[in-house]
Amino acid sequence: MRYLPKSPADREAILKAIGARSIDDLFAPIPAEYRLNRDLNIPRQMSESEIVDWFRDRSRENGDSYTSFLGAGAYLHYRPVIIDSLISRGEFLTAYTPYQAEVSQGTLQSIFEFQTMICELTGMEVANASMYDGSTATTEAVMMAVRLTGRHSALIAGSVHPEYREVLSTYARHQGIALTEVGFLETGRIDLRKLEQSVAPETACVLLQSPNFFGTIEDVEAVADIAHKNGAMLVISIAEAVSLGIVEPPHQADIVAMEGQSFGVPPSFGGPYCGVIATREQYVRQMPGRLVGQTTDRNGKRGFVLTLATREQHIRREKATSNICTNQALIALMVNIFMTVYGKVGLRELAKQNLAKTAYAVRQFSKHAEVLFSGAPRFNEFVVQTSEDPYAINSRILGHKIVGGLPLKKFYPELGNAALWCCTEMTRRSAIDTAVGLVAESQRAVKSASEADVEEVAR
Amino acid sequence: MKHITRKATRHISQNEGLIFEKSSPGKAAWKLPPLDVPDVDTRQLLGASERKDLGNVPEVSEIEIIRHFTRLSTWNYAIDLGMYPLGSCTMKYNPRVNEVVSRFEGLANGHPYQPERISQGALRILKTLSECLIEITGMDAITLQPAAGAQGELTGLLMVRAHHQSKGHPRKRILIPDSAHGTNPATAATVGYAVENLKSNSAGMVDVAALAVQMNEEVAALMLTNPNTLGVFEQEIHKIADIMHAKGGLLYMDGANMNALVGKVRPGDFGVDLMHLNLHKTFSTPHGGGGPGSGPVAVKKFLEPFLPKPVVITKPDGSLGFEYDRPQSVGRVRAFYGNFGMFVRALAYIFANGPDGLRQTTEDAVLNANYIRKGLEGSYDLPYPTPSMHEVVFSDKLQAKNGVRTMDIAKRLIDYGFHPYTTAFPLIVPGALMIEPTESEPKEEMDLFIEAMRSIAEEVEEDPQLVLTAPHNTRVSRLDEVMAARKPILRWKPQ
Repeated sequence: MRYLPKSPADREAILKAIGARSIDDLFAPIPAEYRLNRDLNIPRQMSESEIVDWFRDRSRENGDSYTSFLGAGAYLHYRPVIIDSLISRGEFLTAYTPYQAEVSQGTLQSIFEFQTMICELTGMEVANASMYDGSTATTEAVMMAVRLTGRHSALIAGSVHPEYREVLSTYARHQGIALTEVGFLETGRIDLRKLEQSVAPETACVLLQSPNFFGTIEDVEAVADIAHKNGAMLVISIAEAVSLGIVEPPHQADIVAMEGQSFGVPPSFGGPYCGVIATREQYVRQMPGRLVGQTTDRNGKRGFVLTLATREQHIRREKATSNICTNQALIALMVNIFMTVYGKVGLRELAKQNLAKTAYAVRQFSKHAEVLFSGAPRFNEFVVQTSEDPYAINSRILGHKIVGGLPLKKFYPELGNAALWCCTEMTRRSAIDTAVGLVAESQRAVKSASEADVEEVAR
Repeated sequence: MKHITRKATRHISQNEGLIFEKSSPGKAAWKLPPLDVPDVDTRQLLGASERKDLGNVPEVSEIEIIRHFTRLSTWNYAIDLGMYPLGSCTMKYNPRVNEVVSRFEGLANGHPYQPERISQGALRILKTLSECLIEITGMDAITLQPAAGAQGELTGLLMVRAHHQSKGHPRKRILIPDSAHGTNPATAATVGYAVENLKSNSAGMVDVAALAVQMNEEVAALMLTNPNTLGVFEQEIHKIADIMHAKGGLLYMDGANMNALVGKVRPGDFGVDLMHLNLHKTFSTPHGGGGPGSGPVAVKKFLEPFLPKPVVITKPDGSLGFEYDRPQSVGRVRAFYGNFGMFVRALAYIFANGPDGLRQTTEDAVLNANYIRKGLEGSYDLPYPTPSMHEVVFSDKLQAKNGVRTMDIAKRLIDYGFHPYTTAFPLIVPGALMIEPTESEPKEEMDLFIEAMRSIAEEVEEDPQLVLTAPHNTRVSRLDEVMAARKPILRWKPQ
């Protein structure tokens, strides 16, 4: 086996040194009746070239070379090549959690920079070293608000990513946290009147996503006012990090839960991604996850360590702020490098290109179908309502090697034949034009079919 | 240094500030293509929502970024540099072919919501990995959704709860041995269970008699790590399972130490009802400085209805798809389907090994731990003489007489060119030194490690101060953790 560094002679020598007759001696503690006396029934050992071939075939079966209009929590942005050059360095790739600070300063300093940049981008004062993803970060942020306020219910905007809401409800169920949904208006924004009516003395927080699942940018200030007036916290979830380049950050929030995937992390069929929680300094001791802090060594030299560990499971056990242990350090490094590459000016220009492509697509689609939620600003996603079922339209579009918007029936049946489309800086105008053309064709076909019906009735 | 180390030599290490300290306006590492659609008036589109300023996000050039992160990287220890014997972390070689195949276009750029028709490649990977892990664990069904071991535990306990609830009563308590990892009790609390401690016996194993007394109809499950954190296989595992099952309780296995068992014995065969695996430990996906992990949970047939949704199914036409209609499911624990990129890597590892390779891997892991044990016996106190599987736990009892504790020895080990072992865990061993070499260490590397550890033991006798002030050869000396926690500085701020 090519990963194993011992010759048969080495194994013999080690057995002899130990004083064992055979390897079986070492497995004697396992009762004989449970020992496996056969080969595992798994594929045989393969050469490297066979492994490469097998996965290349799977890659080809997986939408290789399609143009996609999908977003909805997983975005295709350009990844600068130096991200992979740098994260492939074995010193980053094959190190573990920086428990031993003296030989982990590289990881620790890069996390410290990550925490700083997340603060700058979100308008918060502290950020942690990462969470699993946006859905679990959002969930943990709500649980954090419950701990901080001592209240036990939460108001959740219906325009928060449906799968984030599912994860939250899985976690909340056994912690006695009651979740109430607040709907959205025709602008796509949360219904402020409903929110005002629903907020109660028991409300720990309001959870809002902005830009929300439909791409609509919420009026964070108005929601913050309602929450704070009632002693509740505002938790803001951000699924599309690139929006922060041009959309005002949620300064009024108490906790921000973010998905960093847009910043240089491949969509990778849903993971691994990089969640992160940011908040105000005063709340840091209720924050879940790892934190890196600056300190000095015995000679007064600057250095970095994992800190405030008394919040964590390995110290507090059942009284910890969360059960999280492993986080997403390598993905956080991708995010960090991406933010560094684009920097202060590039992040804005990148976001602006997303805005321009989306504005163009919205204009084109509007000529042939209804684009919902146009009464409020949006970032890079929009909802198109068609006469025909979007699944049917998508299956025709797929023939042109284009993946159409996400049909929303599964999550929002009340929106009818609606689909969520996304444009990023990667979306070509020609692809937009082709997709719009096919949607227009579908609309015309449905229209002429219904006109034919009318004529028939008239005769 | 009195003792010469053969493992490492000092060398030049580059200084490097924070990236913010290199920033200056007008530098850039990016270039966007020209827009092929009309430009937009951002103020008109966004109104009051338009961002005015990006604060202190840096502006630097590409070469500076390359140097910055390359310099930082050289300040890290890593498996690629040498033995990294963190106990219960299974720091094994991370094969590079895994990195290559996970970056293939269709896999890296696959969108979680793309139509199933063009997702057959990803679905095939999910299904094949599931089948392999089910066979390796001896279980019947699996979910790959949990993002890490701790989330696997959470998923497992949610299923335990759902199972008991389906019988009418969710029960109140989870039994957890005192040697367990901290995530076990933290997870039980998250799922709304009270934690009851289970004391280990003098051999470092579950005290079966005590278990029999503590087990009753209010106990939902026992969370057992096997081999446990002492590296000891629970020899009375069948009795443990029987005691749990007789009163309707479940046996949950924390699979953190599965590297001791793969291909040699299957938890499903010795009475485990459900368990999680850590793909970043046993199945070689890179630890990456602390993640990403992946924590699949394998279960027996009777727990299958409770698996998180969706699950992968084969449709009547033979194609693969996701099934969402699972009325008894515990729900979702993470958006989408889990850390897919880690599934690709773990499966590539399984392919590279095959059944013979996996078995040899396990044998070598156990062989190595026992070699280390033999080499250090006498120099360090072995609190539990019970046979070791894949890791061995010593204590600092002999060195403590000279005022030297496990953390000091660990820091001194850094000077000898090694990453330290796990310190001060498990909690049942005061001053623990928990050492897991994994199968990836050649004999020569282990000989150097043993030599280093023995040399440190001598130093403790001759010059304890040398050990107490270690490390001496690193960029920074011991860092002030108390100050870091008392006055937290968690971000850079401009002067």
